[in-house]
Amino acid sequence: MSTLTLIICCPLLAAILLAFIPRNFRVVIRAIALAATLLSMLLAVTMFLQFRTGADGYQFEQQISWVQSLGISYHVGVDGINVGLVLMAAIVAFAAACVSWEIKEREKEFYILLLVMAGGILGAFASLDLFFFYFFHELALVPTFIMIGVWGRGEQKNYATFQITMYLSVGALIALLGLIALYVESGAKTFDIPVLTAQVRQHPLSANAQHFIFPLLLFGFGILVSLWPFHTWAPLGYGSAPSPTAMLHAGVLKKFGLYGLIRIALPMLPNGAQSWMPVVAWLCLGNLVYCGLVAMRQKDFNWLAGYSSVAHMGFVFLGIATLNLIGVTGAVLVMIAHGFLAALIFGLSGYVYQQTGTLQIDQLGGLLRKLPFIGGALMMGAFAACGLPGFANFAGEVTVFFGAWKAFRVVTILACWGALIVGAVYLLRAIRAMLHGPLLAQWATISDAPHLWRKAPFVLLLASLFVFGCFPRLLTDKIAPTLQANLAQVFVTPAATAASEAPLPLTAKLSQRESGHAPQSAIRNQ
Amino acid sequence: MNLALLTHEWLVVGLGLALLLALLLADLWVPSTSRRKLGYAAAAGIGLILAYSFFVVHLAPEGVQYAFGKMYVLDGLALFFKRFFLLAALIVLLMSVDFADRIQTGIAEYYALVLFALAGMLFASSANDFTLLFVSLELITVTFYVLTSFQRAQVTSLEAGVKYLIIGALSTSFSVFGIALVYGISGKLNFGELSAIAGQFSANKIFLFGLLLVMVGLGFKIAAFPFQIWAPDVYQGAPAPTTAFLAVGSKAAGFVLLLRVLFSAVPDITPQWSNLLIIISGITILYGNLCAIPQRNVKRLLGYSSIAHAGYMLLGIAALSQAGQSAILYYLSGYLFTVLGAFTVISRVMRTVEAEDIGALAGLNQRSPLLAATMTLAMVSLAGIPPLAGFFGKFLLLKSILAQAPAHPGYYCLAFTAVAGVVISLYYYFGVVRAIYWSKEPQDLSTIPLSTPIRFTIYGCIVGMFFLGLFPGWMLNLASLAVKVSQ
Repeated sequence: MSTLTLIICCPLLAAILLAFIPRNFRVVIRAIALAATLLSMLLAVTMFLQFRTGADGYQFEQQISWVQSLGISYHVGVDGINVGLVLMAAIVAFAAACVSWEIKEREKEFYILLLVMAGGILGAFASLDLFFFYFFHELALVPTFIMIGVWGRGEQKNYATFQITMYLSVGALIALLGLIALYVESGAKTFDIPVLTAQVRQHPLSANAQHFIFPLLLFGFGILVSLWPFHTWAPLGYGSAPSPTAMLHAGVLKKFGLYGLIRIALPMLPNGAQSWMPVVAWLCLGNLVYCGLVAMRQKDFNWLAGYSSVAHMGFVFLGIATLNLIGVTGAVLVMIAHGFLAALIFGLSGYVYQQTGTLQIDQLGGLLRKLPFIGGALMMGAFAACGLPGFANFAGEVTVFFGAWKAFRVVTILACWGALIVGAVYLLRAIRAMLHGPLLAQWATISDAPHLWRKAPFVLLLASLFVFGCFPRLLTDKIAPTLQANLAQVFVTPAATAASEAPLPLTAKLSQRESGHAPQSAIRNQ
Repeated sequence: MNLALLTHEWLVVGLGLALLLALLLADLWVPSTSRRKLGYAAAAGIGLILAYSFFVVHLAPEGVQYAFGKMYVLDGLALFFKRFFLLAALIVLLMSVDFADRIQTGIAEYYALVLFALAGMLFASSANDFTLLFVSLELITVTFYVLTSFQRAQVTSLEAGVKYLIIGALSTSFSVFGIALVYGISGKLNFGELSAIAGQFSANKIFLFGLLLVMVGLGFKIAAFPFQIWAPDVYQGAPAPTTAFLAVGSKAAGFVLLLRVLFSAVPDITPQWSNLLIIISGITILYGNLCAIPQRNVKRLLGYSSIAHAGYMLLGIAALSQAGQSAILYYLSGYLFTVLGAFTVISRVMRTVEAEDIGALAGLNQRSPLLAATMTLAMVSLAGIPPLAGFFGKFLLLKSILAQAPAHPGYYCLAFTAVAGVVISLYYYFGVVRAIYWSKEPQDLSTIPLSTPIRFTIYGCIVGMFFLGLFPGWMLNLASLAVKVSQ
């Protein structure tokens, strides 16, 4: 059995195990959930370390036939694109299990759903089969709805549940139509992604089919990722969700759509991608600038964090829209970095909410005195979100901008100003209002994270942000060659034309140097 | 004549008659409460026939056998549906034993009527002739008139029976008129003979009109738009086991006859109806789902949802391909476990008509976690969410539709309609789940006792839902084999 299968199965098996444990064994239930996610995280770290950088094809592969007549099989494997995502998902899943101590009622059901969600997410990122890719995503999505509905907070909980359920289901089903149409049009009679990709590369789909299927995938996945103007579910949903759910969804599950675009839509529908990407570039301004401005007006910190997470998706869309190696590499980096960041912010806001019972920014103040650790971590998170060098977000965002400059100058200029300035304004204002200033009397009794278990998830997430911020090569060395191999036809820049002439490893190396080193030298220059 | 082929039917009819005979004798000596137990005997008999069907009956190597001058056919499709109907009847019988205390008199007749309706369905699955089609259709419909109005003391039950009778009789008259027109033009009643010459009449308006009228009768059985008007009232008023049998058995009978007529009697004419099928399927999906939104009565809600599901299954017919037909078979199998599971819960929880409101499900989680879980799983499966049976069924149907789409853009619209329907349906299915788990003040928190057979029925339904969702390969093979042989 491949390590990858173990990583996916750990949480799912633990969920089944939990179903048989009586509900009053709270400590046991929590211990099992923690152990399962911890094990899966350790395995993911091992896998990341063992990953042979630069090797062709997929590693840690496993394939089991499931429905032979339709060509569906359980097929998992990692390459440079998803190895980092699986690692990020496993770390965030463990962090989410750690902060789940805030759930006090119906714990058993909560942990079961959390584990199913974690397993589904890991499965979705590891799947190399279109059907399982979708299947695992749905498996993770449904627990989200239930968790918001049952354990959510605020008066708008019910409305939020229905809205997020309907909205995301629309997105998922549109994407499903696109995936099935892709299967049918390719004529490959298999759902296996590598086989399909190879088939489509040899016999590209007709331009008509591409122009029809690509928007299905773009907008289906786009809804799932909160592409502007389909983002309205996100702030409300995250504002009402319990924090472990918000961490897993905003951090990891939301990246599913982006991953789908990079893994499926771009390589299989190159012509469709090329004609639609300018549209995406302009839409991403909606994310970066419009949602940034909206975030400035928010009074509730979770809503602010929700809008900020929507805004950050703009970087990824911009990176994908560039259709060149640097931009897409940056997009993958931002996906991973934002996963850690969103989980960190929502985890911390959950802690604050648990202590104070409110996240209204104007009702909080001076919390840093009572919460030195949590407040400090929140401040670092905010800096990371502003794009401070040293955190992984900076590495990703700056790479995206380097890539985007070649393709869309105007958009890049607007995005730089919009995202970085506006982002800094709303985050720093929120930090000032919440953490600094005089401590309000009613918060005199709140207490900081008392012991290691409470601090561990935040330390872990911050450490990950920091490690990948200082050494983005750990990721880019893996990402860039794989992207170059997978997306050579779709890249429209001179790099792509060079790729068709020059031998592949050379271009890959060149682009690694560009994408991998740029952030580091930039850090040094600061 | 090859009477040995009809063993399923002989056995079921024999069982029904034996039950009536036993009843006559029992009337003399046995108190009425013990007579309820006769249902277990009937269920055991059906179980034996089902086992016989699986272990003894095998298709001949050539795949198709005929009886009654080719009026009756035993092929893969027939055998698939016979097993389907037997399983459905088995669960319905167990459910009706549990329901028996709410039927004042004649519970044994109720069991016997279920068996006769089952016999009608078994004949329907083998119909290879318009005569047998009509006879089996009548056998099913007429027994259901009685089954629907069995709670004689209740006005709603009687009202349901009368509505079903009037609309059923109307649609029957349409289809018999249609059969007459088809016969008048072509001179054939047998599907095999008709298929050889049907191509000649593809432009004959009277012939097409006759076929269309036959479709009206079948559309009534499956509750497709615009013949769906009876479904909500009848579902609401009929006793829960009858509703369950109506939703699963009667609908499946409609579909097997529809498959026979469209794909073995007039395969050359069906493709010219693709637009009609697309429109009917799309409207049925939207009508069922939209009307289900405001419903408060759970049985009525499932009535509208069953209209929507008829629409989904019509996708498979509109696809005009073997993949589409096998998708229907798969979908029906998942639908059987899901709907019967849901109705078992309903018949157990909602003991009076007044208590059929969704609000009556409040606190079910505390009253009986097993029933709550079953209802939730059934709703999730009906909504088509993995890893349950409903998801894979919808996936197959959508796939079959999209496979035709490059040739005919109408199929894209249909696929979008189906997706819109699924999203709408999430709203009301989750409404039911919400009532179970997080409604404000549950009134009644008494635990609900479950008899052992009902408990096993429920386990069976849950296993079925998960098995078809997680390991679809086996059933899909069965379904595609059944469809392949029939062509």
